[in-house]
Amino acid sequence: MEYIDYYKILGIAKDASQEDIKKAYRKLARQFHPDLNPNNKDAHKKFQQINEANEVLSDPESRKKYDQYGKDWKHAKQFEQARQSAGRQSERDQSGNWQGFDEGDFDENGFSDFFRSMFGGRESTGGRQAKFRGHDVHAELNLQLTDVYQTHQQTFTINGKNIRITIPAGVEDGQKIKLKGHGEPGINGGPAGDLYITFNITNNTKFRRAGNDLYATADIDLYTALLGGETTLDTLSGKIKLKVNPETQNGTKTRIKGKGFPVYKKEGEFGDLYVTYNVQLPKNLTEKQKELLRELSKS
Amino acid sequence: MSDEDLIPTKQFCESHNLEITFISSLQQYGMIQTTSIEEVSYISIEQLPRVEKIVRLYTELGINIEGIDAIEHLLDRVEAMQNEILHLKNQLKMHEGS
Repeated sequence: MEYIDYYKILGIAKDASQEDIKKAYRKLARQFHPDLNPNNKDAHKKFQQINEANEVLSDPESRKKYDQYGKDWKHAKQFEQARQSAGRQSERDQSGNWQGFDEGDFDENGFSDFFRSMFGGRESTGGRQAKFRGHDVHAELNLQLTDVYQTHQQTFTINGKNIRITIPAGVEDGQKIKLKGHGEPGINGGPAGDLYITFNITNNTKFRRAGNDLYATADIDLYTALLGGETTLDTLSGKIKLKVNPETQNGTKTRIKGKGFPVYKKEGEFGDLYVTYNVQLPKNLTEKQKELLRELSKS
Repeated sequence: MSDEDLIPTKQFCESHNLEITFISSLQQYGMIQTTSIEEVSYISIEQLPRVEKIVRLYTELGINIEGIDAIEHLLDRVEAMQNEILHLKNQLKMHEGS
């Protein structure tokens, strides 16, 4: 385990006043507070470091002990034994697993092993309760494009808990939603973390999706393309009839307003459907048809 | 909304060591909505995470209500921009693939 320089963490001098400590803590806490840095693990860890430094340095008794023993951390064990022999309660980790901020995590109370080695359980710091927010939980939900065409509810299990969520129509592939308070429970009565769900959407349709718009290809025969007519197209909301203008060229694109994908969180609003006509040339022509076409080509 | 989805504002304030006027101020600023039933004020469970977050910013960081309101707006904008970036990235990916 490495020695942790709490003064360095707060960016203050060893002889900093209580006012300086408070000021430095508040400034850094505003910068790294988990509520202001959602989904940022680095900021969360940094915030725990700042809290721990403040926990020690803002309490004159703890600060005195830290100044006396902290630098030479190898004496912490003797210090701890002395504390215990003095009849004080300690929840020090006896495993001897020393870890510093750089490589180690925090215990369930959000404190480093260094802290616990120096001060035992967090209760030893005068009973002040530093509440920490629980960790955020990240999960992925696999859906098909047709699943997100309509708003629906879905139940899934995460960390052994069943969670029922409403998935709004129009969710995008890779989009993340946050469920406040559904992450890991808080520490010492702190608030629970948030649950982040990333949607992985696979396209199980013939349409290409670009935002709220859909793109499709419609095959039409040569005669409809030349003379005009109608063709039927399957959309996600049912079949539609398309009017084909006479002399429609191959690759002509037409827009059908409001037949695209639902707009996220805007009920009743839809993108557009773009249809590209693919003119199919006739096959297996009869002799008579060929003759007629030859006549046509001469005109 | 059933009664089970409501927490008395007084009870919430007591458990968070807050003056009840704090919640009234949040309501006046339009940051939260409370429900009144027979002259008793309640906070809905749905709003609880948001109210608790405001309380944390207020008590832990000493940010005043106007500041929290501004932060909330900025965080919403950050989230909207992150979603827009994602949308654009998806579009780019699609065009690169075509």
